[in-house]
Formats: sequence, structure tokens, C-alpha cells
Amino acid sequence: MTGDDMTDDPGGLFRCEGISKAFGDTRVLTDVSFSVGRGEVVALVGENGAGKSTLMNICFGMPSIIETGGYSGQLYLDGQPVRFGSPKEALEAGIGMVHQEFSLIPGFTGTENILLNREPVNRSLLESVFGGRINALDRPRMEERAGTALSKLGVTLDQQTHVSQMPVGNKQFLEIAREIDRSRTRLLVLDEPTAVLAESEASILLEAIRKLAADGLGIIFISHRLREVMELCHKVVVLRDGHKVAEMPTRETSVRQIAAFMVHRDKEEAEEQRVAKDFSAAPTALSVRHLWVDMPGERVDDVNLEIRENEIFGLAGLAGQGKLGIPAGIMGLKPAGGEVDFYGQKLPLNDPRACLAAGLAFVSEDRRGVGLLLAESIQMNIGFTAMQLQKQFLKNYFLFATVDEAALEKNALKYIDELAIKCSGPLQKAGHLSGGNQQKVCLAKAFTLAPRLMFVSEPTRGIDVGAKALVLNALRRYNQELGTTVVVTSSELEELRSVCHRIAVINEGRVAGILPASAPLEHFGLLMSGEEVEPEASAPCGEAVPAEVGA
Amino acid sequence: MNSIKNMIETAGWPRIIIGLFLLSLFMVAPLVGVKVSTSIHDTIVRFGRNGVMVLAMVPMIRSGCGLNFGLPLGIIGGILGILISVEMELVGMSGFLTALGLGVVFAAFLGWGYGILLNMVKGDEMMIATYVGFSSVAFMCMAWLLMPFKSAAMVLSYGGSGLRTTISMDDFWTDLLSCSLLDMLPDAAASFFSQLDISFLYKILPDGLVAWAVSVVQFIFLEQAMGMILFFGFMCFLVWLFFRTKVGQAMNAVGQNPDFARASGISVDKMRVLSVVLSTVLGAVGIIVYAQSYGFVQLYLAPLYMAFPAVAAVLLGGAAVGRVAIVHVLVGTFLFQGILAMTPSVINSALKGLDISEVLRLIISNGMIIYALTRRTKEVR
Amino acid sequence: MGGHKLETFLLNSIIPIIFLGLSAGAIYLSGYSAAYVVQEVFTRLGRNLFLVLALIIPIMAGMGLNFGMVLGAMAGQIALIMVVDWAVIGLPGLLLASIMSVPLAIVFGILAGMVLNRAKGSEMVTSFILGFFAKGVYDLTVLFGMGSIIPVDNPELVLSRGFGIRNAVSLIDTRGALDQMIMLNIEMFGQPIQIPLGTYLVIALFGLLIVWFRRTKLGQDMRAVSQSMPVAQAAGINVDRTRLLAIVISTVLGAFGQLIYLQNMGTLSTYNSHDQAAMYAIAALLVGGASVTRATLVNAVVGVLLFHILFFSAPMAGKAMLGKAEIGEYFRVFIAYGVIAAALVLHAWRRRRSESIALKAAAQNLAARQAGESA
Repeated sequence: MTGDDMTDDPGGLFRCEGISKAFGDTRVLTDVSFSVGRGEVVALVGENGAGKSTLMNICFGMPSIIETGGYSGQLYLDGQPVRFGSPKEALEAGIGMVHQEFSLIPGFTGTENILLNREPVNRSLLESVFGGRINALDRPRMEERAGTALSKLGVTLDQQTHVSQMPVGNKQFLEIAREIDRSRTRLLVLDEPTAVLAESEASILLEAIRKLAADGLGIIFISHRLREVMELCHKVVVLRDGHKVAEMPTRETSVRQIAAFMVHRDKEEAEEQRVAKDFSAAPTALSVRHLWVDMPGERVDDVNLEIRENEIFGLAGLAGQGKLGIPAGIMGLKPAGGEVDFYGQKLPLNDPRACLAAGLAFVSEDRRGVGLLLAESIQMNIGFTAMQLQKQFLKNYFLFATVDEAALEKNALKYIDELAIKCSGPLQKAGHLSGGNQQKVCLAKAFTLAPRLMFVSEPTRGIDVGAKALVLNALRRYNQELGTTVVVTSSELEELRSVCHRIAVINEGRVAGILPASAPLEHFGLLMSGEEVEPEASAPCGEAVPAEVGA
Repeated sequence: MNSIKNMIETAGWPRIIIGLFLLSLFMVAPLVGVKVSTSIHDTIVRFGRNGVMVLAMVPMIRSGCGLNFGLPLGIIGGILGILISVEMELVGMSGFLTALGLGVVFAAFLGWGYGILLNMVKGDEMMIATYVGFSSVAFMCMAWLLMPFKSAAMVLSYGGSGLRTTISMDDFWTDLLSCSLLDMLPDAAASFFSQLDISFLYKILPDGLVAWAVSVVQFIFLEQAMGMILFFGFMCFLVWLFFRTKVGQAMNAVGQNPDFARASGISVDKMRVLSVVLSTVLGAVGIIVYAQSYGFVQLYLAPLYMAFPAVAAVLLGGAAVGRVAIVHVLVGTFLFQGILAMTPSVINSALKGLDISEVLRLIISNGMIIYALTRRTKEVR
Repeated sequence: MGGHKLETFLLNSIIPIIFLGLSAGAIYLSGYSAAYVVQEVFTRLGRNLFLVLALIIPIMAGMGLNFGMVLGAMAGQIALIMVVDWAVIGLPGLLLASIMSVPLAIVFGILAGMVLNRAKGSEMVTSFILGFFAKGVYDLTVLFGMGSIIPVDNPELVLSRGFGIRNAVSLIDTRGALDQMIMLNIEMFGQPIQIPLGTYLVIALFGLLIVWFRRTKLGQDMRAVSQSMPVAQAAGINVDRTRLLAIVISTVLGAFGQLIYLQNMGTLSTYNSHDQAAMYAIAALLVGGASVTRATLVNAVVGVLLFHILFFSAPMAGKAMLGKAEIGEYFRVFIAYGVIAAALVLHAWRRRRSESIALKAAAQNLAARQAGESA
């Protein structure tokens, strides 16, 4: 059933061979091959951006792939070469996919959702006049079919309850049952199916997946929880930077080894910039206790952090684990609770104005959504928040004050020069800039506030290499020259390690551990996979760490 | 070729079509026996008369509350101001200013409540605004019947209680803002201009051109509606100035991107309420200007549909559900009122006995609104 | 849990309860005899209920209150004008008008549906404006096109200038064609009362049709689309087509409804009859306790009863109370507008409330988890 070389296995159900894909000039997948046999559960693991979702989108014939020029390489199903032009074709061929976000209708019952748009009907004569949709639904058969699908999963739930009243675990089962009900489904792709589940629910789900595999289904299981991977899967495929770096039976490997494969780098880049500076004596700038944040897709459950004055602190973790929720919650942009102190002063939550007034600033990861007024000029974008909060850039008349365009321009020119913002001038609209330059405008906006502490989320997401270095250098410079404390949130571990002093790894809404930037990569990989790291590897700034290590 | 394309794109097809239509009306006018100068005068008067009500769209669109279909609320505030001013038997400027002052206060109060309501229903503002406007008009119909006004100018002659449907402003302040530029000039300057000898121009330029230029200059200086136009211009300037202040910029940001505004420490809800108050106040000022020019105040169901021409005009001027500038108000009011002024005179005298102008108004104004509403989804994405 | 259910029930039926009180008060103040009230109720139920039924299907498809139903009313009127011109009278005339209105209403419905599919999320305001726009086009057609381009030559229809339809068209020959088909005469409170059973039968038939429609695949798809367009789309349901069908059905039913209304009234006010068709139907449905997202047959029946009792008794009640009949007239206009405004506000407010409840629950959930772990 399992084997290191599956390419010639006649029992192979599904096979990718030499899959490569580029979006424009960026290569996201290079020559990836792997196979899934009948009854086999294959884990697909890797960091964000390793190429997992692109690979799955290719297997599922998503339009996003076809619209961007397709892919090279070949897919085989039952040994026959296949190429899907749309998800519909993939479904008809027998590939089922359960996405990370639920795709259920809340006001429908479980049965109605399982059979959505595949309802059995009682055919009538009207059909020939008005088409098939005029037939009445066959309710008893719907219940029967839904029941069958659920029993194949080996779970019992009240299929007549409305989905909106179901616990989250049941929703996941409905999603899977929907794929099972398609009689053709032979390969099932599950994208982080346990991410939203409590531990007890997750173990029921794993049991159900085993049962499905025993019935002969092939399963691709995508998860960051390596322990689950070890427990459930026959084989694990590790992707890194678009390459397959390992494919091995799980019984021949360990969590530690997989984690090492995930994060390993061939050459340690930018080593010289890693600053080993001890801040344990510095006063606490920001203290966070029991923070929770309700940010959809980036929920924070319980975070405790002590950030020292003048340090550059990193927040690492996989997408969806909550690292982005922390700054958004502290700055009042998402509903939050818990206690946050800034230089000993209690910071009111859910009040952005108070945070800004206290001397915090935030560069959001959502540049176009939160960071910019796209239809306004660069100079207005840079000066806007300072104008609103600190009454800068205003020209006073007797009774009122209007915008001082000259002062705005002067300020903008300074940053255009310092950050090398490529634009036609300070009056160009922010919406017309490239991603990298928009990011620089967002940074300039924060710098103009002259904050004591600034949060920067995903500073280099979607920008080119040259701009990346510039942005990171600007952060370093402001940190050194003005003594600004900086908290950087990023999915790029390497980038954090090159710029930060300490890095907290966030996993499942909690701090999995805090490491010095110089800690070995494997340790970061382990923390991201829900594993623990031995105490001696933890940060020199010790006190904050041991209590929170592990989940 | 490209520059023409660009020009068309900046101006937008609806404006070009309507603009050409209006231009052709002006050109056809003399052929069917309509005097051009009368048509232009009509257009200008209507422009000044309706302009402020169109301007009342601006704050709410800017803050993202959408098109102000709730304009009747501001109109009610303005009418209350007028009625009280008339009841006090104030005549001339004092009456006008009292009406304005009271109208603004009532409208601010109504707008405040209306703004809070709209904050409760974010996303559904336009439909609710329409029906809040409608139901408040219907509610005021009952109030007009019951309010204890006494002035003989306003109360129904039979029965002695309840307000008339149409109240004439003739004895109070009709055409108060009507004055020409010449009237506004100091006497010395006026006499200087009137004695100006331009005979030398005839020697160096073709006679026809000079005569034409003289008639244009005379028109500009003698046009009685200029006073009202200046008042409208002043209101536009005030609104423009407001959007140059810190609060105005904050309101702008709320409309463009509420998340950005929140992240900059701005209270989105407060800004929205403020914008609704401003729009409602402008609506009150608008109806007062309208009444002084039109000469009548119409009560009962008359304000019901007053929002629609104003909404259509601002959209015609180039505004969208989430984007507006003062220039849209100016262009839109001119085009829309131009068509309303010209179609009855031109089309009806060309096609004898066909009152097609009302039908055209319905089609143009509502077609314009539908165009804007269906365009929105595309812009958002 | 019981308290919560009661609260939900009260919230859902608060409007009918208020209107029950208002209607009862208005009847009492108006001083109308019981027999008169009963007769009016029977007549108005037959006259208006069908129009209200036409609103239910777009609500099912999540498109809100279909103010664009006036397009259907216009289709019905155009068909009726043609039938009157051809001098087909009585029940056959009404039937012919119904048949002719179908293709017209389908075309109007498709156009309206296409516009509304471009304005997802603001269907109501768009359909509302669409009604005004259509009025312009209708006026253009009927006032200038009929008798000139479209052949209409009955001198009783055409204006003296030779084209365009008169302001009022008498339907004297078709009046009551459906009502009189099976008229039940009974005696109540010592007075003869007429019950138009024929009309009721047609209404009941279409009511059953709607009940059956809910059970079809198309009905199920509409419910899915109304709750989540992205999910429905992902499941392979053609969202735009489903929405379009809902509007087409509503427009066709609107045309039938207007014909039933007009045969009862006996005159067609060419340029005004359709104006308020959608608005009064919507107000009635809302008075019956429907919301923007949920409407049942019971809502329709209760709503027509309560709304129209108030409607015909308000002027007299106003006169009795304040000495002015106009007060009552304005009051009923206010009620019609006000109930729509209130229903829209309630809908938006409820949606926001359920969001904030979900948020609170999430917060409590998180807090509980934290507490559980620290213990």
C-alpha cells in the first residue's frame, strides 16, 4: 500500500508528475511529483507559500490556475492522464475537496446541506415544460441518502437540525459527507480539517478519515499539526518553496524530522545582520496578558507577552494561527479582551484613538483595505492620521483651520526621499502605486506619528526583493535612531530572523514559545507544528517563556 | 484619438448624451419660435433655485451614507422655519434670515435623529431613507392640519384652522435674492460702466462680434438671478471649505474607507451623524431658497418626491453612490434643470399638443439613478 | 429558553398586534355598522390579496420586497386596454387579458431581473426606482404610442386628438367578471352580504401553487440563494438565473393580481392605477407580520385584513376624532409609508443585533475557555 516509489504502482489512484507552475515571473511550484494509492492517507505539509494550495488548486482545476496560464506536468487518475478545465470536471472525475472555510447554508438542515443542488426529486410531467427544477423534492430519500453518507463517516448527528445551531465539528462532518455522497468520489482532499475543531472533535474526525480510507478512498490530508499527521497518515510529502523536499512513510520519520524539512534553508542568509542584544534589563514597553481577539480567520485565544523598550520583536506562525490578530486586537481594530499595559499605563481596548494617542502606531497587513485611502494623494495618506490626532498639517484661520497642503507636501517629500517611494510626485493617488510603494506610504504614515511603539504586520507581503530590503532597513533605522520599539508580524520566518531580536511563535491562538532570532530553525518549525522545544533553546530574556511553552 | 477617448471617459457618456441633447434643444429653440434669451434665463433661474437642494446630497455621499433620499426631512425643517417666520409677520431680509435660522435649527435636530437611525441600519440606508422621508412627509400632513398657526396668509380661509396647500410668499420675501450684478456694484462703478465708451471697438472688430459681446456682457450684468446664483455659489464655497478642514477630511475618509478611518482614531458613527445633519440642514436652506424664488411654499404631499430630481441631478453631474465633488453638483444641476426648462418650451411647441416633458423627466431622472445603482457593484469590486 | 421563544414570537408579531389594536380602534371610531365592515372586508380581500401573493416568491429568493411589481401591473393594464379595444368583454375578456399579459410580464420580468442582478445587495431601492422608470416608459407607450404606432381605435379609449389613451377607461362590461362567477349571497347582522367566491377560488389555487412551489427543486434553490449566494454558486446553482426566475414569476403574478383588482374596481385609471399597486401590497404584507426575508400566506391574509380595515375606516375615524376627514386620509398614507419604513429598520436592526449576539457569544466562549484552563 505504501512505498517510497509509487510511480509504477499499478494500484496508484492518483498521481502528479513533474508539476510546475508560475504566476507571472514568480515560480511557485517546481517539478513536484507524488502519488496517492487507494485507501492511502497522504499528508501534505509545508510552510505558508510552500505551494500546497497552488498544488491542490491544480488538482481541482480551479479557474485561478487556468486564467494565469495553466501548469506544466501531468496528473493521472487511475493511471489515465487527466487535465481538468474546471472544478466541475474534477468533481465528475471523482475528486472531492473540503476547503478550510465552511461552505454551508446556515438556515438549511444538515440533510439539505449534504445534498445541496444534488437533491433527489419526484419527477413529474411538468418537467418537460418547465425543466427539471419544477420537480418536487423527494424528502424521504434525501434523509436516507444523507444518513448513508454520514454512516459511512461513522458519525451520528441530528441531520434535521439547522446548521446554524450545530457545533463546529458537525459542520466539518457535513462538508465531508457532502463529498462522500457523490458516488464517484474516490479521492478526497481535506484542507486543515482539524484547525477549527476542539481536541475531542478532532479525534472523532481522524477516526472518520481512517474509516473512509479503509473503504478504499484515497485521501490527501493537509495539516500543520504534525502530531495528527504522524498519527493518521501513511505517508508524508513535504513542500518547501515550491519543491518537494521529502516524501517518506510516516513510520520512518519523526515530528522533529518533518519540521526540520519544512523550515530548513540551504544557506543561512543575512547571518551578519542578526543582532544578539540582550534586552532583559530594559524596561517593559508593552505588557499583554490573557489577550483574546475575535478576528475572523486569525483568532487569538490567550496571549501573554512582555515586549521590552527599543527591541524589535517578531510574531511568527503559520497563516490562520492568530499572529495577525494580536496587533489588530491591541490597536482596537478587532473586538478584543484581556489586559494590555503600555509603559505601566492601562491601554483601553477597542478604542483605536486612545491607542494612537498613547503613542502606538500600526501598519496593517491589509494595505488597500485598512492602510490607505486609495483615491487620495500620497501626501494626504502620509499626513492624514497625524493631522487627525496631533493637529499637524493644519493652517489656522480665525475660526477654523484648513488643510495645509504645503506642509503635507514637505512631509511627504521627506519620506519619498528617505524610503525611495517611486511615484510621479506627492500628489499622485495612492491607488496608482505599486504594492511595495504603497507599503512604504503606510510606513511613512506611521513614522509621521513619531510613535513610541509601532506594530508592522506583514511588511514585505507581495512586494519585490529590492523594496523588501528597503522596508526592513527603514524599520531597523527607525528602531536604532529614534529608539522606537517595533513589533513585526510576518509569515516569512527568515525575514523575522534577520530583523528581530526575539521572536514569539504563535500557534492556535496562543504563544507556543519565544525564541531568540539566533535559535536553530528546527526549533521554530517545531513550535509552529504544535510541538515543544527543550527549555535550553528558549530565549535569553527568560522569564516570559517557560509558562507559555506548548499548548 | 486617444485624447478624445480620455475626454469622453472623464466626462462620462450620460453627461455627453444629455449635454448634446440640451445643446440641440438650445439650437432648435429659435426655429420653433422660442426666444433663446428667455430659455437661458429660465435655465439660470432654475439652476439657482434648485442648486442648494442638490448640494444637500454632498455630505451624505461623502461620508458613505449613499444618496440622500431622505431630503424631505430637511425640507420639512425648512418649511417649519418659513411658517414660523411668516407667522411672526417678518418681511424682507429679516423674515428670510429668521426662516433660515429657524429652518437650520429644526433641520439640525431632525437630521441628528435621522443620522442615529441610519447608523442603526448601515448598508440599507437608501431604502430606509426613502421611506423615512415619505413617512415623515405623511406625518407632517397631519401636523399641518393641526398646528395652531394663526396668520391669515397661511390658514385655510374656511374653517379657520389648518394650513393651506400653497402659501404665497409674495407679501413676505419673494425674489428677495433677485438682483443683478449691476445692482450689487457700488454706484460709482455702475455709472462708470454705464458711461463706458466702447465705440472704438466697432472700429477694430467686426460689428456682429461686438454686438454679440455687448449683449452677453449686458446679460451677465443685468440678469436678475445673479443674486441667487451668488448665494448658491457661497453655499458651495462653504461646503468646499468644510471639506478642507480636519473634520471634513475625517468625514471624507469615513466614506472612502471606514476601516482606514477607524484605524486613524476617527469615530465612524459620529462622522456619519454629522454628515446627515449637514445634508439635512442644506436641504432646509435649499427649500427656503426655492420658496423665495418660486414665490410659494407647498405643503402636504408636495415634498414627497422632491428628493428624486436632486438625486438625479447630482448623479447626472458625474457623482456616484460613493463619490461626489462640488463640480458634479454644478454640472448636474445645470444639465438637469436645463432640460426641464427647455423641453416644455421647445418640444411641446415643436410637437403641438404633446406634453412629453413630464415623461422625459421621469425617464431621464430615474434612468440616471438606476444607472448609478447598477454601476456601484462593479466599482466596489 | 421559553422566555427567549416568547420574545422571538413577540418580536415577529409585534406589527400585527399593533395593527389589530389600530384597526379595532378605527372601526369603533368610524361608527360603521358591522355589516358594512364585513362586506368591505370580503370585497377588499378579493380585490387585493392576489397582488400581495405576488410578493412572496422574490422574498423567498432573498431579493427583498419587490417594488418592481408595478411592472407586472403595467403588463396587465396594457393587455386589458387591448382587450377592451377589441371589445372582448366579461370573463372571456378577462381570460384573454390574462393570457396576453403573460408574455408581456415575462419580458418585463426578465429585464427587471437583469437590472436587479447587477445591483445585488441593493435590490429594493433599485426595484423601487425601476418602478418609476417603468412608469415613464409606460406613459410614453400608452400616451403617445397607442393609437399611433400600436393600433387602438375604439373612440371610447382614444383621446380626442387621435392617439393616446384616455385618463379613465371604463371596464363596465368586464366589471366583476370573476367576482360574479360564483357569488355567494348570505345574510349577516340582518343585512345581505356578498362573498365573491370565484375570486377566492382563484386566489386559493395560487396560494396552493406557492405552497407546492416551496417544495420544488427551484423553490429549494431560491431558499439557498437567499441565504448565501456564494455557497449556492459553489454548489453549482445558477444564482443569477434563479433570481431572474423569481422576478419573472413575481411580475407575471403581479399582472394577474392587477387584473383581478381592476375587474373588481370596474374602472382603469390609465396613468395611476399601477402607481400604488406595489406599495399598498407591500405595506399590507408587512402589516401581516412578514419581514424583508420571510413571508408566508398567513402573513398575506392577515395583512390584507388588518391593513384594509384600517384603510377604509381611517377617514371616518379621523373625522370623528378630530373633525377632519383629511386627517384620516393622511393617517392611512402615513401608516402605509411608516410600516414599510419600520419593517426595513427592524430588518436592518435585527441583522445587526444577531451579529452582535454572535460576537458576544464568541467573547464569552473565549473567556470561558481561558477560565477553564487557568483553573
